[in-house]
Amino acid sequence: MKTLTIISGKGGTGKTSIVGSFASLAKNAVFADCDVDAADLSLITDARIKTVQEFKASQKARIDVAKCIQCGDCEDACRFNAIQNCKVDHFLCEGCRVCSLVCPQGAISMEDVCSGQLFVSDTPYGPLVHARLEPGEENSGKLVTLVRQTAEQIARDQGFEYIIVDGPPGIGCPVIASLTGATASLIVTEPTLSAISDLKRVLSVCNHFKVPAFVCVNRCDLYQENVRRITKFCQQEGVEILGMIPYDLNVVRALVRRKPVVCYTESAASQQITKLWGRLAERVTLL
Amino acid sequence: MIVSVASGKGGTGKTTIAVNLALALQRENNVKFFDCDVEAPNAYLFLKPQITHSEPVTTGCPTIDGTRCTFCGKCAEICAFHALVVLKERVLLYPELCHDCGGCKLFCPQHAIGKKERKIGIIETGFAGNIAFFQGHLTPGEPFSPPVIRALKRMVSNDAIVILDAPPGTSCPVVTTLEGSDFCLLVTEPTPYGLHDLSLAVELVQKLEIRAGVVVNRADIGDDKVDAYCAKKGLPVLMRLPYDKELAIKYAQGVSAVGVLPEYQQKFFQLYQDINELAR
Repeated sequence: MKTLTIISGKGGTGKTSIVGSFASLAKNAVFADCDVDAADLSLITDARIKTVQEFKASQKARIDVAKCIQCGDCEDACRFNAIQNCKVDHFLCEGCRVCSLVCPQGAISMEDVCSGQLFVSDTPYGPLVHARLEPGEENSGKLVTLVRQTAEQIARDQGFEYIIVDGPPGIGCPVIASLTGATASLIVTEPTLSAISDLKRVLSVCNHFKVPAFVCVNRCDLYQENVRRITKFCQQEGVEILGMIPYDLNVVRALVRRKPVVCYTESAASQQITKLWGRLAERVTLL
Repeated sequence: MIVSVASGKGGTGKTTIAVNLALALQRENNVKFFDCDVEAPNAYLFLKPQITHSEPVTTGCPTIDGTRCTFCGKCAEICAFHALVVLKERVLLYPELCHDCGGCKLFCPQHAIGKKERKIGIIETGFAGNIAFFQGHLTPGEPFSPPVIRALKRMVSNDAIVILDAPPGTSCPVVTTLEGSDFCLLVTEPTPYGLHDLSLAVELVQKLEIRAGVVVNRADIGDDKVDAYCAKKGLPVLMRLPYDKELAIKYAQGVSAVGVLPEYQQKFFQLYQDINELAR
């Protein structure tokens, strides 16, 4: 079982569109949408939800007004400024429960918060595990881990060869949770200075967690000078570029029709993504 | 006035909008720009600030005094984040999981727990023309960006036009950035991804009780569902930017629209007037 995590550093470089096409090309894979803040993979994979599970990973403090004597000990003890005038701010509270332990009246309890939902769906391309983190909630890393564990269980039970992870943007805990223990990562970048800056940061994270990385350059025909910069950087880092995908309006056309772009077989992007998948699958068999 | 620029979906154009807004306003106003996307900050590429000051961001984590510790396990029991594991004669600490709540230190019966600071990132301040510039970097490998964002936001003061460039997503890094804003600009694109993620971002700003308006980027490529959604929700669409390949190439090179096309100066100036009007 091989886990491939598709990340980028910079948002909007084309991870989900590429994973959507991999879904159509890979014949033996489970898909995990780990961009739990803004999960979009189900939109282009004709996903039908089969099971829903509540995700409860955090707790928030609640003050029982009837027992509270307004001594202020909780406010003094809280490191997150989450308590003011004996009221708990839901967004600032980190669930550490120190306030509940210092309260002399036992007036503070910790309540489980439903932070989101985990879904297992059927798609024409294989099972898809995805999630919805309630806007404003925390513990996105824990939800990502749950998505991956669920996908891994399905892969073990049903004998799938690949787990393909659509990762989130950034480099923080949801990205780390998407990446740790993966067989390899594919970093989707584009020839803009912003994406190059973020490619360097996300590659450091891959190196930190010892996950072999490959790169593909999306919208590669936008600005050649930056393609040269990316190529030079990857050479210096010993990272292989597995694909160069041109800007192609068919990507948006396919998206609006909620289909993977490889359905448009004549499209230039479609052809390059197909080659990219072939190369990636081949490299991963050697890992 | 504190204006945050967010989106839900990554890559819709938050930094583009935030940077162009700052550049359009700087001639006649004091502007403070905060790049709160500390995991992947990019505004510096466009504003090209001169950095005058840099300081580390640290977070506390516990230290265990082996001479006093009796391995009673109370600290591990207290810790809500599983950052401490107590074995027969060893205490294992996972500093990346520690939220620095102070609970273990407070409740150790042997007073065996102290605190040390460890570096998780840096914040930098400087100037770009008339714009006071602030950015943060989370150290690659560190999981939690909110402490770095909070360190940045401690420098926000409402004596200028403050622009906060938010990270993508809708979870704690975005909440930490948006809190205290007078107005939030939500940048989207007219595609199923743009619509889906905009609806999540709208839920968030409603929970935070922040007034919002929408900017549609690449407005001529996609469908009309985002417009229909905004109309249904009573969300003002404050700007529509068409896809422009020449501007995309300039963006790729780190050049902003306001820098090269005079009509954008007026567009972004007007955008701020509209925000000001709505934020009252």
